[in-house]
Amino acid sequence: MIRLALVCMGLLLMTGCSPWVKPYERENLADEIMSFDRDPIASTYLHHVYEAREAARGADGASGGGCGCN
Amino acid sequence: MAPVGVAVAATKRVIFALAALALMTVARAEVLAPDRLDVMYHSYDGGGATIDGPSILVRKNIGTNVAVSANYYVDMVSSASIDVLATASEYSEERTEYSVGTEFLHDRTIIRAGYTSSDENDYQAQTGSVSISQAFFGDLTTLTFGVSYGEDVVGQNGNPEFEEEVRRRRYQVNLSQILTKSLIAAVNVESAVDEGFLNNPYRQVRYLDPNAAQGYSYQREIYPETRNSDAASLRAIYYLPYRASLRADYRYYEDSWGIEADNWELRYTHPWGQRWLFELKYRNYQQSAADFYSDLFPYRDAQNFMARDKELSDYTSDNIGLGITYNVPEKWLWVFEKSTVNLYWDHFQFDYQSFRNVLDTEAAPGEEPFYNFDANVIRFYFSFWY
Repeated sequence: MIRLALVCMGLLLMTGCSPWVKPYERENLADEIMSFDRDPIASTYLHHVYEAREAARGADGASGGGCGCN
Repeated sequence: MAPVGVAVAATKRVIFALAALALMTVARAEVLAPDRLDVMYHSYDGGGATIDGPSILVRKNIGTNVAVSANYYVDMVSSASIDVLATASEYSEERTEYSVGTEFLHDRTIIRAGYTSSDENDYQAQTGSVSISQAFFGDLTTLTFGVSYGEDVVGQNGNPEFEEEVRRRRYQVNLSQILTKSLIAAVNVESAVDEGFLNNPYRQVRYLDPNAAQGYSYQREIYPETRNSDAASLRAIYYLPYRASLRADYRYYEDSWGIEADNWELRYTHPWGQRWLFELKYRNYQQSAADFYSDLFPYRDAQNFMARDKELSDYTSDNIGLGITYNVPEKWLWVFEKSTVNLYWDHFQFDYQSFRNVLDTEAAPGEEPFYNFDANVIRFYFSFWY
């Protein structure tokens, strides 16, 4: 629980320091290598493998809910 | 020459402004993703189980504000895992999954809805989900809320009388934040609530039995009928001084069954020339055991709840991954705006700390070596933008 709280605090601190990045300064961010989910078909499948082999689930960026197929 | 220079400079400014606008639209969260078709072959091979099959995902925008998507996915399973070898016999089965989804864009808001149906001979699952995303602060911040609800029907081959239900709810909050012109981060928090028959109807626990030849016997596992879990994760991607990116993920998880888990991952993505993209990653996962897990119970019906599922034991997993993407020249596939061929390979090593290898019949009960296995996962897919 303490570790969970620390993660949440880290997140709050992170969101508090939001420097202004102007639209014309987002060239790097627009590059495909900066995407959290460049190929959804591939990442969805790997999340399925993780959920089938691990007890942990959720908060991994995947949308929807499990298929209950593990 | 001066007017020409001014004209060139003005043209460059216009081109730069248009390029910036185009990039901005990519970076902004409130723009729908482009039309796309993906065709994938997936394969998992490890621990005596082979699971492979196709997956096809198509996505189409209708105007500028609505998108629809559909996914067809198949798992063809052939399993002779340690659980199967210990208490049953090798089996084959097939699971088919259909998903449809839609997105609606309004100003800086995207509303998504989806439905998934999964069907195999002894398990049916249906899940519906909705989410809403809102961009703030000059599109530097995107906040998403999502919920999903699923109903499963659990059956048992060879026992037509057996039918149980599971209800699954999930609640997600995601905050993504552009921190600098080279750094983007995201925080996810998700709670899940499962109710119903959460066992595997085939899996059994073992207990010491002095009357058995091998010193132990098996009985059916018994799980609680509720499971609540919370998970929080932090992810960040950094654009390196040259054109490459470094990604770091961390997730912490805990649930009402007493399991605590965390995993972290580092991923390096490196484009090479105009056509190639290489990816290298390492992921580590570890978890503690469920309160009611035991590899060997002291006697029959030793507890109210009993599990011997290795996924509920304490273990660690290491995963390395390599990936290659090739951007196919447009002249080869001129009907598409862009086409890629992708091959990703992941290698897993699972090391269990309280799940023993009962196939070692030489050892005394409870003194068998701890089980471990490795697995290879292949994703080979074609992506087409149109």
